[in-house]
Amino acid sequence: MARITLDGIAHSYNPGSTSEADFALKRLDHVWEQGRAYALLGPSGCGKTTLLNIISGLVVPSSGRLLFDDRDVTHLPTEQRNIAQVFQFPVVYDTMTVAQNLAFPLKNRGVARGAIDARVAEIAAMLGLTPELHRRARSLTADAKQKISLGRGLVRSDVAAVLFDEPLTVIDPALKWELRSKLKAIHRALDLLMVYVTHDQVEALTFADEVVVMKDGRVLQIATPAELFEQPEHTFVGYFIGSPGMNLVEAQVDGHLARVADQTIELGRRYAAPAPGSSVRLGFRPDYASLVPAGGIPVRVRRIEDLGRRRLARVALGENDIFATIPHGVSIEREEAGLLIEQDRLFVYVDEQRVAGQAR
Amino acid sequence: MDKPLNNRAWLLVAPVLLFVLFSALLPMMTVVNYSVQDQMGENHFFWNGDAWFRDLLNPATEVGARFAGALVRNLAFSVTALLIEVPLGIAVALCLPRKGWTVGATLVVIALPMLIPWNVVGTIWQIFARQDIGLFGAALTGLGLHYNDTQDPVSAWCTIVIIDVWHWTPLVVLLSYAGLRAIPDAFYQAARIDGAGRWAVFINIELPKLHKVLVIAILLRFMQTFMIYTEPFVVTGGGPGNATTFLSIDLVKIALGQVDLGNAASMSLIYNLITITLSWIFFTIMTQLDRRREE
Amino acid sequence: MSLRLENVSVTAGGRTIIHDVSLALEPGTMNVLLGATLAGKTTLMRLMAGLDKPTSGRVLIDGKDVTGVPVRRRSVAMVFQQFMNYPWLSVYENIASPLRVARLNTAEIDRRVRRAAQLLGLEPLLDRLPQQISGGQQQRTAIARAIVKGADLVLLDEPLANLDYKLREELREELPRIFAETGAILVYATAEPLEALLLGGSTATLSQGRIVQAGPTLAVYHRPSDIESARVFSDPPLNESDIVKEDDVIRFGAAQALPAAGALAAIPPGPYRLAFRADIATLGAPWPASLSLAGRIALAEISGSESFVHVETAIGTFVCVERGVSTRQPGQPTSLHVDAARVFVFDRDGRPVAAGSGG
Repeated sequence: MARITLDGIAHSYNPGSTSEADFALKRLDHVWEQGRAYALLGPSGCGKTTLLNIISGLVVPSSGRLLFDDRDVTHLPTEQRNIAQVFQFPVVYDTMTVAQNLAFPLKNRGVARGAIDARVAEIAAMLGLTPELHRRARSLTADAKQKISLGRGLVRSDVAAVLFDEPLTVIDPALKWELRSKLKAIHRALDLLMVYVTHDQVEALTFADEVVVMKDGRVLQIATPAELFEQPEHTFVGYFIGSPGMNLVEAQVDGHLARVADQTIELGRRYAAPAPGSSVRLGFRPDYASLVPAGGIPVRVRRIEDLGRRRLARVALGENDIFATIPHGVSIEREEAGLLIEQDRLFVYVDEQRVAGQAR
Repeated sequence: MDKPLNNRAWLLVAPVLLFVLFSALLPMMTVVNYSVQDQMGENHFFWNGDAWFRDLLNPATEVGARFAGALVRNLAFSVTALLIEVPLGIAVALCLPRKGWTVGATLVVIALPMLIPWNVVGTIWQIFARQDIGLFGAALTGLGLHYNDTQDPVSAWCTIVIIDVWHWTPLVVLLSYAGLRAIPDAFYQAARIDGAGRWAVFINIELPKLHKVLVIAILLRFMQTFMIYTEPFVVTGGGPGNATTFLSIDLVKIALGQVDLGNAASMSLIYNLITITLSWIFFTIMTQLDRRREE
Repeated sequence: MSLRLENVSVTAGGRTIIHDVSLALEPGTMNVLLGATLAGKTTLMRLMAGLDKPTSGRVLIDGKDVTGVPVRRRSVAMVFQQFMNYPWLSVYENIASPLRVARLNTAEIDRRVRRAAQLLGLEPLLDRLPQQISGGQQQRTAIARAIVKGADLVLLDEPLANLDYKLREELREELPRIFAETGAILVYATAEPLEALLLGGSTATLSQGRIVQAGPTLAVYHRPSDIESARVFSDPPLNESDIVKEDDVIRFGAAQALPAAGALAAIPPGPYRLAFRADIATLGAPWPASLSLAGRIALAEISGSESFVHVETAIGTFVCVERGVSTRQPGQPTSLHVDAARVFVFDRDGRPVAAGSGG
């Protein structure tokens, strides 16, 4: 049981370097609370694995301190950190049965026999491993083996944190939702601090209370899944979360109005004039932009995609290629159509960062 | 599923088939031929049925007793060598560095003995073991041990075993090392997190993962030790007495020394058969064990 | 060129992998093979390519029997799930390789390679080696190689399955456009219903080595001819339950009975299988003709733009779709409303009895 404090943590694989570009993980200050679930989300090379390795003890950060509660563990080896970890590929002890595998971390720490059996039975029941308890681990499928790995990670109740490193990679897609729901249920039942690394936005958003979105070694936003979708702080978050991602169009912003390709768009809020030379873009999600036969901002329809449960249109707004939703029951027949954007879902990004406007 | 068939592929295999025919099958048939015939004078052969085989397999006959004795020595030698080389090989492999520039250098040094031809190994050790000028022999004698590889059967036997261990443990080391390198880091990391000690890591991770390469190592080493020839031939000449007369040594004595072609042919066929059968039994037992553990 | 499979079956090791498949593919069309892993998609493609020979049945090109004609004598290009490029050749040479084999002159090769590279946005990468570019770019290279070949039959076997989801989003939008102008027969195997819908054209649903249904993609999606076809063409998985129709109620086992609304009103009494896709079930306001079930939230799977909410009810767990990010927590009580006008009803043989539009 613990709280994890990242106190000015940064890491460069090039020791002694001070150049910003050399840092695989740029300076980060944050506190992760006991009992909550966090996800580190980002494309490959974003620094999420480096951050996980710093917490697990594989990597000592170039600067900053790592605290578990008030204990400084920055330089402690893995085995003294009191953490559990589940890896991308199943790690099972081939010669042992499933039950012996699950009991192994407890047995090594001299837990009493009765307590071990009770805990193993509890964890096996949560993961649906009970029927397999006395089978040899090596004879099982990859799915079942990964469940054993998950079980070994969760079996100790006294760990500071459980770390998951893309644990569902080998799971058959049809079974993924089942394991996701098990993990979610287990997190609620066990009251452990969990950190989950993934590049899959569904896994991150489904599992975590808070998601840390990372790119190029930088943390772009730490927020709940709903906040990431509704109010992305960075253009990359807007693009990466949601499918298709956020529409971004070049604009000139002046007070409460924006000019996009000879069109004037009402912003609903008033914005300070951006510094000259900075890039200014409007961001709005396709989900909150609807296409109608007439009215709204004039656009040209390029293509309509019927995805069964929703229809998406690819339209041109000046030089910009954007997506919009076609509302249920609306039919678009001509190339010219109108775009309606929900005003409170329309954001202004200056140099990729969202800027807050003032109420008019 | 049927692939579109094309019989021309056989043409490409034909040279290999021809080569095998001339290099293995024809000489083999000559041996079979000798084993069922007897010889009178110059090149005058007649049918002898299974008489050579019955003599050979009956320990009451002279050749039968020689054969049985040599076979027991062969088995004892193989078992001794395997019992030393396999654990030693694994132990050395575990101690080798995993990364850095030392890896290449260490592996080359370890592999060196394997690159030396058999007869050179024999000659090296013949000199090395001499009590007067040989470093090994002189050192042992200096320590007050009774060591004499040409007079004392125990010394001779030990010398042959030590030569084989020195010459071939590197093979076990290299195979085990490759097997160990194939274990993903996550396993070691998981074991550390699970609080496992060094011995637990070895028993629960390394040994099970080495299983497949060890099957190969044991099989190879068994076949090679069972066919041992050059080392005793060069170092001890099969002596003192017949302490180091293995099947291959005896075979050469009978075939080339005494020119008893019938005895030699039947002996080489039986020898061959034993080697193949034992290897097959070894292999079957080990793969069966593997399968049983899967269930 | 047109391609026909006639009653093609494949048996291997005593097991039948492909059961009596007949398909006709016309030039310039996009044909999607939709099915789960091991449904037989890859086997079928290998037959079309001529990599394998069917155990029985015929493969016809332009009406001529080509069963057993090896692949190198056919005009075929194939892109695999794994990124297959020559690791020692540059992107340029990788794309050019089929043209070099065909001994085209250098100027012609250069023209075709540059055009394909431009279509796929590979121009800045032509001098790089495959290991120096990303997975998405490697797969683009493989696709470019398939294009320059100018083959009459282009087979794409789950080409996007190994890419991460943003790249998949981009490429799957571009692919139909890129191949549209080549005039080749395109065959695209995928396990993802959404991909089939985005590609358009026609779709054949595959299950256990059989073609369950074939036709225009949207028609197959909205009007499944068999419950298996609806299963294959649903993501999240199709919601299903056994029902018994009695007069004006439907019974779900002994536990639950609901008024027979919507599509269920007109069917004769008897046992059926009720099925519906996630998007015609909602946790919000009931539909005009609604089947309403009380339950608890089991899990909300959130993709961003949509959330798949799993609801546990007395008669089983069902999935519904909500827009945006769902904040529903597991354990919360809720009501699930299914649009009774759009549900599928299948008889015991899996044939549709009453078919709503399916959403």
